[in-house]
Amino acid sequence: MALLSVEHLTVAYGAIRAVRDLSLSVEAGEIVAVLGANGAGKSSTLNAIMGLLPASEGSVRLDGREIHGTPPERVVRLGMTLTPEGRHVFPRLTVEENLVLGAIPLRDRSRAQALRRRIFERFPVLAERRGQQAGTLSGGEQQQLAIARSLMSGPRLLLLDEPSLGLAPRYVDLIFDLILDLREEGTTILLVEQNVERTLSIADRGYVLVTGQLQLSGPAAELQASSGIERAYLGIGVA
Amino acid sequence: MDLFVQQLVNAISLGGVYALLALGLAMVFSIMGLVNFAHGEIMTLGGYAMWFVTVQFGAPLPVVVAASVLTGLVAALLMERIAFRPVRGASVVTMLLTSFAVSVMLQVTFQNVISPRPKGVQLPPEMSRVIPVLGVEIGVIQLTAIVMVLVSLGLIMLFLRRTTLGISMRAAAQDFSVARLMGIHADAVVATAFAISGLLAGVAAFLWVAQRGSVDPGMGLTPIIKAFIASVMGGLGSLPGAVVGGFVLGFVEIMLQAWLPQAALPFKDAASLAIVIAILLWRPQGLLGRAADRV
Repeated sequence: MALLSVEHLTVAYGAIRAVRDLSLSVEAGEIVAVLGANGAGKSSTLNAIMGLLPASEGSVRLDGREIHGTPPERVVRLGMTLTPEGRHVFPRLTVEENLVLGAIPLRDRSRAQALRRRIFERFPVLAERRGQQAGTLSGGEQQQLAIARSLMSGPRLLLLDEPSLGLAPRYVDLIFDLILDLREEGTTILLVEQNVERTLSIADRGYVLVTGQLQLSGPAAELQASSGIERAYLGIGVA
Repeated sequence: MDLFVQQLVNAISLGGVYALLALGLAMVFSIMGLVNFAHGEIMTLGGYAMWFVTVQFGAPLPVVVAASVLTGLVAALLMERIAFRPVRGASVVTMLLTSFAVSVMLQVTFQNVISPRPKGVQLPPEMSRVIPVLGVEIGVIQLTAIVMVLVSLGLIMLFLRRTTLGISMRAAAQDFSVARLMGIHADAVVATAFAISGLLAGVAAFLWVAQRGSVDPGMGLTPIIKAFIASVMGGLGSLPGAVVGGFVLGFVEIMLQAWLPQAALPFKDAASLAIVIAILLWRPQGLLGRAADRV
């Protein structure tokens, strides 16, 4: 049974349908990419899976259990969370306070303590700046904090929305290395990205959306090797 | 000098009451975007609770305080559950009109069920005494107000800084939907904001009624308008701003009262509002407001 299975998902904002009849699945241990140009419906897909967009139709199952219509504060307790596009750290809370909030879904305090220690080892810059307001961090540091905050809930499935967007090259490397590390440790990843080449080089499988509809899907290697017109959907070679 | 110190004490005690009310308004506004004009009636209910326990049971002072504070808490929670939860997420205008409706309905109920006339609240005579503090004569009521205001503000600050629920409240005020991604329950955060605003209104009600000695159906109107002005002056939605705005407004009012010439005293409120307007012209976002933040 797939860890996450989405069937016939449709997301509408008023009369505009951002996502149409989309089906996808994620197996435990995979890195799955959702690709497509700006406005293709990638973020809407992740937000709808997470329960942030109540005006969606279709079925979303986590471990075979229907979670469509479940509010996000309940979904995080089931072991799935989202690091939203644009980071969205709480700017006027300290780094430490941001992390405390991330651990709210965990009942087990000692597990939260262990996760916190692990996160400070993994992100030394956050340990250094734990007392600082999150809004004063650089973009790359805020992205690390946003992911760290998601990890504090101990997710089995992490949805990452454009984690490398607008970051300096060294942070882009750091984020992609981190995604591989997380998978190594058993976290399953559903990744939305505009950096197609890098994403396909670490992903197992990919789905390509064009104006809200599934255009193409398959193993990452096949997508990478696909021919001209299909590559155009991915935005490769398009300025 | 003595006169100045006495006026300063008056300013802190009056400003403190405004600060408590403004903080309650700002708390609810920052979480759900509602300016609750029925906040004044929560205060009035607290006043009626004081009247009830003193007239019916001749209750001692601590019971009177508890009655006012607990009534404020329960009234605010009921108001949220019955009137404001159904319009959560609706437009600002819808929420504003709802709060006016609640306010008017409660006032009419007080007029018809209790009385349109003021009800006297007898507090122990020690409350109206004057005691010397460091060579200056200070009213027990003013002193009580200062202590209760500082204790309330201190406890709220500890709650917001040290507890997970308090940190969640600050997070929800900054970004409500991302707060839900953290597993923070929307209902819990909104109810807590109302609970705190109700507790603070209950404390304010005690201090207000202790000062004037009576409660009537329209009692909440003046203080709530003052508190709204204070929270706008401090920067609407900013919690420290609301507290600062409350104290500044209290200070301005008392100083005008003390030093305006006799003939100009009827224009005291006009003068204090002119000062508020001047402050807002200088800083349109309020004293501690953020220019680019939410409106």
